[in-house]
Amino acid sequence: MENYTGLISAAYIVAALLFIFSLSGLGKQETAERGNSYGMLGMAIALLATIADPRVSNVLVIFVAMGIGTVIGLRLANKVEMTGMPELVAILHSCVGLAAVLVGYNSYFEVDHGLSIVLSDERQIAANIHLIEVFIGVFIGAVTFTGSIVAFGKLRGLIKSSALMLPHRHKLNLIAVIVVLVLMVNFVGNGGADNALYLMTLIALVFGLHLVASIGGADMPVVVSMLNSYSGWAAAAAGFMLNNDLLIVTGALVGSSGAILSYIMCKAMNRSFVSVIAGGFGTNVVVDRDIDYGEHVEVNADAVAGILLNAKSVVITPGFGMAVAQAQYPVYKMTQALKAKGIDVRFAIHPVAGRLPGHMNVLLAEAKVPYDIVFGMDDINDQLADIDVVLVIGANDTVNPAAAEDPTSPIAGMPVLEVWKAKQVVVLKRSMNPGYAGVQNPLFFKENTQMLFGDAKDSVEKICAAF
Amino acid sequence: MIIGIPKESLSGENRVAASPTSVRALIKLGFAVQVQKDAGTKASFSDVEFSHAQAKIVAAADCWQSNFIFKVNPPTLEEVARMSEGAYLVSFIDPGQRPELLKALSDKSITTFAMEMVPRMTRSQSMDALSSMANIAGYRAMIEATHLFGRFLTGQVTAAGNMPPAKVMIIGAGVAGLSAIGTASSLGAIVRAFDTRPEVREQIESLGAEFLELDYTEPENTGSGDGYAKEMSKAFIDAEMALFAAQAKDVDIIITTAMIPGKPAPKLITEAMVESMKPGSIIVDLAAAGGGNCALTVAGEVVSCHGVKIIGYTDLVSRLPNQASQLYANNLVNLTKLISPEKNGEIQLNFDDQVIRNMTVVKGDEITFPPPPIQVSAAPIAPKIAMNTTADVAAEPASESRKYLLIGLAVVLFGWVASVAPADFLSHFTVFILSCVIGYHVVWNVSHSLHTPLMSVTNAISGIIVVGAILQMGNDNTVIQILAAIAILIGTINIVGGFMVTKRMLKMFRR
Repeated sequence: MENYTGLISAAYIVAALLFIFSLSGLGKQETAERGNSYGMLGMAIALLATIADPRVSNVLVIFVAMGIGTVIGLRLANKVEMTGMPELVAILHSCVGLAAVLVGYNSYFEVDHGLSIVLSDERQIAANIHLIEVFIGVFIGAVTFTGSIVAFGKLRGLIKSSALMLPHRHKLNLIAVIVVLVLMVNFVGNGGADNALYLMTLIALVFGLHLVASIGGADMPVVVSMLNSYSGWAAAAAGFMLNNDLLIVTGALVGSSGAILSYIMCKAMNRSFVSVIAGGFGTNVVVDRDIDYGEHVEVNADAVAGILLNAKSVVITPGFGMAVAQAQYPVYKMTQALKAKGIDVRFAIHPVAGRLPGHMNVLLAEAKVPYDIVFGMDDINDQLADIDVVLVIGANDTVNPAAAEDPTSPIAGMPVLEVWKAKQVVVLKRSMNPGYAGVQNPLFFKENTQMLFGDAKDSVEKICAAF
Repeated sequence: MIIGIPKESLSGENRVAASPTSVRALIKLGFAVQVQKDAGTKASFSDVEFSHAQAKIVAAADCWQSNFIFKVNPPTLEEVARMSEGAYLVSFIDPGQRPELLKALSDKSITTFAMEMVPRMTRSQSMDALSSMANIAGYRAMIEATHLFGRFLTGQVTAAGNMPPAKVMIIGAGVAGLSAIGTASSLGAIVRAFDTRPEVREQIESLGAEFLELDYTEPENTGSGDGYAKEMSKAFIDAEMALFAAQAKDVDIIITTAMIPGKPAPKLITEAMVESMKPGSIIVDLAAAGGGNCALTVAGEVVSCHGVKIIGYTDLVSRLPNQASQLYANNLVNLTKLISPEKNGEIQLNFDDQVIRNMTVVKGDEITFPPPPIQVSAAPIAPKIAMNTTADVAAEPASESRKYLLIGLAVVLFGWVASVAPADFLSHFTVFILSCVIGYHVVWNVSHSLHTPLMSVTNAISGIIVVGAILQMGNDNTVIQILAAIAILIGTINIVGGFMVTKRMLKMFRR
């Protein structure tokens, strides 16, 4: 028995180390696959060690449950389209949230709270801490659960993606938090109270719904990584209740990584981090002021092909429009055709392009675009002035000069790809409608800008055909 | 409508307000064009070339009778008298200094567009003749300086000895200044430049020059909102003068371009500074026409004082007459496109258009100068205010004292927890904090393109929560067992789904 616990602790330490290696491996393209393997290995070790724990019984049930889970997980992972990545990640987060709620409930039920035994001081404190942990764990888990489901619905288009604007929504959130705090005092004070726990769970579920529902679709990259962070904190809370260091370490790793990702996204969109955590941040009231921006110039695909062939250097900036149209494959075909003619082609990616951090990179990778011609905003912004042609494919707000030039614009101060500095800009777009932020884009009216309207995939294919 | 291109009468002026190319463009816009005989000779455009471009070559009197006169320099009062009533005129006018000219024009109901009044907006850049001419002036200023400077500009290492590169200081990094910087650095000189607006630093550095820093900052912003510099405070000027005095001892060539619209040029180079320069040094004063930035400048001439040659030419642009005329003519064509949107050779004045409103100094018999002010470049402080309004619950940046207060609170809270909580909890808590720190450092190093895989891996890892559920399976309570089994199931979906999809994704990334 004693030997077993020692071995299990050792296995847990190895697993935790492997998780850390996994995350650091993901830092670079070259080591990313190895990083993923470390993660899998760590997980396998942790699970096997836990199952080997003599306290665990019903191993058969565990294996059946895990077997079913594996089959579902594999199916999900194999059939997902790369454009559907954000939805998958969101729905997986909700799994963690729900699991955290269930583990929290179990942990509460395991201790018999019915009898009011008089405990010694020290035991009493330990019991109280346990209760607080349960309470917090269930709360975070429930918020993650419903929040992720709403995020999933919004990304899928099942729920309207615009921000839900209830009157006094901040006050509602505040009241919810206060009620939860009061319930916690009551819960702990009574040495555990079923009703308080149920009521809090209900409030947390609604709170999670409202939190994400009040965030607009354009801010989904931040929301998804925020939920990622929450799911980590939920796991860490479970670790505290169960006195399990592995859960704490892993939960903290995931929680802090999600928080940093959200922070990076926020900076890329020039939003306040605090207001993201508090929720309901994507709520600019957009006033579309009736300014005459002048005339935009329309071109056809043949002309665009000519422009591209006459250029020495081309930069392609994809946005969500490319993902919607599944245009990444023809885009790469076009890239190859241009490269074969000795034209320098690079990609410029804005940090919040798409609906998930790094979403565009994944799509381009799917189409086999080599990653060393794909650049981030900070790397390429300085060079844009020397570029002959910038091809904007389905991006709008991330290339909007108003963010840099018009201090009254709702997106003022957001760092953008400064494509208008290039000698020529060609914008592929479905129509003149504004992007997610609802702001008109002066780029389309600049003198060096030409517009090619239509579905991005069709347009790119037509350009290829015209070469 | 007939456009007339008269010959410029100002002495020393070599430019003309049209080129054969621009004539063709104007005819395309529906206008007829007549050019005064020999109008383009000094700019190397012959009458034959103009007539090839379908322009009519006419005598002076006929030319002045055209409906729409294109000119470079402000017309003299006699020239105004030769124009027909109700005609249109576009030219440099100098409306602020020439009320009598405006009066004469309005008396004859000549609607007048002043080229110096093109606002500095992105949309009107193509008509901005001040910029296109300043570009030429800056280039020519450096060439004139090089011509009179009896030395190499670039440093040379030869068998017969080494020669250091010349040092050039350029004051004012507007269009002319930047053009001079570019020319000087391409000739191999060491270039330093100064401007009162710190925001042009990048532009200066991008051309290969060093930005001269002033150890004094103006409390307010220094741009006046219309893209030009404004007058500075006394303290600023003192600091600036000290800088120039120090630089004058060191540099070989100074080019000054400081002008403030509607005011005499500021005196930046004193006689003492000129005296302190090395003999053989050169000063080019681009502000000579406005009184000069150097105390010793004589407009239109080269003077030699204390062994330093001071160039005060006011016709630098006219010394590149052919290309200056081409650029100016193109500016005029772009303006014509704006005021003749139908391309039918008729003029439509849309006074709601800020560019047109600003440029029109006389409309019919009415003087419309000065125009209402427009702001074209954003004041640098404004965006910061706007930033906070974008987020609804935007948190104010925590002030220093608040930050310390929060840290203090956290320490007290932690101390309290540590004093009451059992050792078990504390050890867990320590692990928790350390893990947060590790996570923080590890994730910062992740490259941006890998954020999606990172997220799906962390998502998979957070499925570790099944460990908790597995441990709970040992409980005798059936409800707990069922709940734990469900938790294991969905947790496993998460683990397997997360890792597999990451694997799929990473396979796709390749060089």
